[in-house]
Amino acid sequence: MKEEIIIAGFGGQGVLSMGKILAYSGVMQDLEVSWMPSYGPEMRGGTANVTVILSDRPISSPISHNFDTAILLNQQSMDKFEPMIKPGGVLIYDTNGIIRHPVRMDIDIYTLNATEECARRGNTRLFNTMMLGGYLKVRPGITMENTFLGLKKSLPERAWRSLPDNEAAIVAGMELIRKRNP
Amino acid sequence: MNESEIRLMKGNEVIAHAAVRAGCDAYFGYPITPQTEVIETLMEMAPWETTGMVVLQAESEIASINMVYGAAACGKKVMTSSSSPGISLMGEGLSYMAGAELPCVVLNVQRGGPGLGTIQPSQSDYFQAVKAGGHGDFKMLVLAPNSVQEMYDHVFLAFELAFKYRNPVMILSDGVIGQMMEKVVLSPAVSRLTDQEIIERYGSWALTGRKHRDRNIVTSVQLDPHVQEGVNNTLQAKYRRAEREEVRYEENNCEDADYVIVAYGSSARISSKAVEMAREEGHKVGLLRPITLYPFPAERIHRLAGRVRGILTVEMSTGQMVEDVRLSAGCQAPVEYFGRYGGMIPTPDEVYGALKNLLIDKQA
Repeated sequence: MKEEIIIAGFGGQGVLSMGKILAYSGVMQDLEVSWMPSYGPEMRGGTANVTVILSDRPISSPISHNFDTAILLNQQSMDKFEPMIKPGGVLIYDTNGIIRHPVRMDIDIYTLNATEECARRGNTRLFNTMMLGGYLKVRPGITMENTFLGLKKSLPERAWRSLPDNEAAIVAGMELIRKRNP
Repeated sequence: MNESEIRLMKGNEVIAHAAVRAGCDAYFGYPITPQTEVIETLMEMAPWETTGMVVLQAESEIASINMVYGAAACGKKVMTSSSSPGISLMGEGLSYMAGAELPCVVLNVQRGGPGLGTIQPSQSDYFQAVKAGGHGDFKMLVLAPNSVQEMYDHVFLAFELAFKYRNPVMILSDGVIGQMMEKVVLSPAVSRLTDQEIIERYGSWALTGRKHRDRNIVTSVQLDPHVQEGVNNTLQAKYRRAEREEVRYEENNCEDADYVIVAYGSSARISSKAVEMAREEGHKVGLLRPITLYPFPAERIHRLAGRVRGILTVEMSTGQMVEDVRLSAGCQAPVEYFGRYGGMIPTPDEVYGALKNLLIDKQA
């Protein structure tokens, strides 16, 4: 098993921490993991992305340009990373703020209106864990137990009071994700 | 926290944990991307409250390296870190320390140059690290970690070598290894050494306060050229010993290889995926990864060159290590170069493509 995932969006959407939760969940599942963030000029322009690799064997390259799954959270990321998904791969996105929707026919495309649902719950900070829930539904490689452990490990102790809300957001994401009609 | 627990950490963060656990006495540094997490993490850890280790943000890289010089002269385990432009500023201090035979550990998390360049990863400081860290005939021992775990392990190894040879040791990393997170196992902490323990283990050369012994003089100035030539002879003898005793490298799939990629650090990680791709298509390709860049695994490469059909050097520079690979191979097999530079990172596909274009298809 090897899964190469790109998560990309605006700074502040929780892109890097979503990747960190996923990577830590992989550690809890006894997988090899790597987490490689963008830290360069693009980050200073307001976008952020992270490559997470989960594997049951040692990971050779932490750098990838062919992704099994892409979680894309703004238009720039959609434009940049949609073409870099492997045929048969998965694209997950939030339709909010997307003007040019994905056009690939050789991948599975899912939508999750997490921005809207988080606004309804009055807590926009749950956005990234909700998106993560959607991912876990579509690519069920990591158990819920390990995901919750990974979530806890990736947060500093002072943030543990937010664990129940984030766990609920993961579950909500799993329920709300929809496969887009072809 | 459990000592042997698996943690997920950035390469830069792990350097801070390694410094404290290796019994480092002091860290002096100045922030620069992509290695600022080193001093950030040290400040958060506040080791001055636990082990007594000093952590100080100096006013510049030049100040940092001279603080390192001062602490090292007192026999302390001391380190600094920076990225490419900052390391250039430290060149003078490194030369002085090599001349005065002082141990220290310097981490370079390389970024693209020349000049202020870019903050993206690069391996374009190979020549600087391996050939000319400053003026004068001196060498640094240079370690090249390729994972977060090795970033941790190399801090321990670097201190060991620095004191064994009384010489600066550089850990030559880059923005990929510094910024990425991987699993890491932190080994148990070792205590800081007392002056007495330093003397017992490494001899009495440091400025520990003169009691019942002859004067120790730490200096790099010898105006008499006869004396200075002797200093150089002493240094060269040390380097020859390091070349005999400290060469480290890792081989992967080299036993039956027709072609070998030579790459270090993050380029080696990317190249190992290219090796997987080549093997899937039936090409017998292996990877030799130098772990020490100085001393260089010249002999091993020489032997491999005698029986392979070609060697590809992969590095994030315009072609620096390839010169050492060619010198080592000695015209026995073609040695080609492939690289991206200026902050660009090669993809495994590009590496495999270059291997095919430059060697495999040409010889088919």
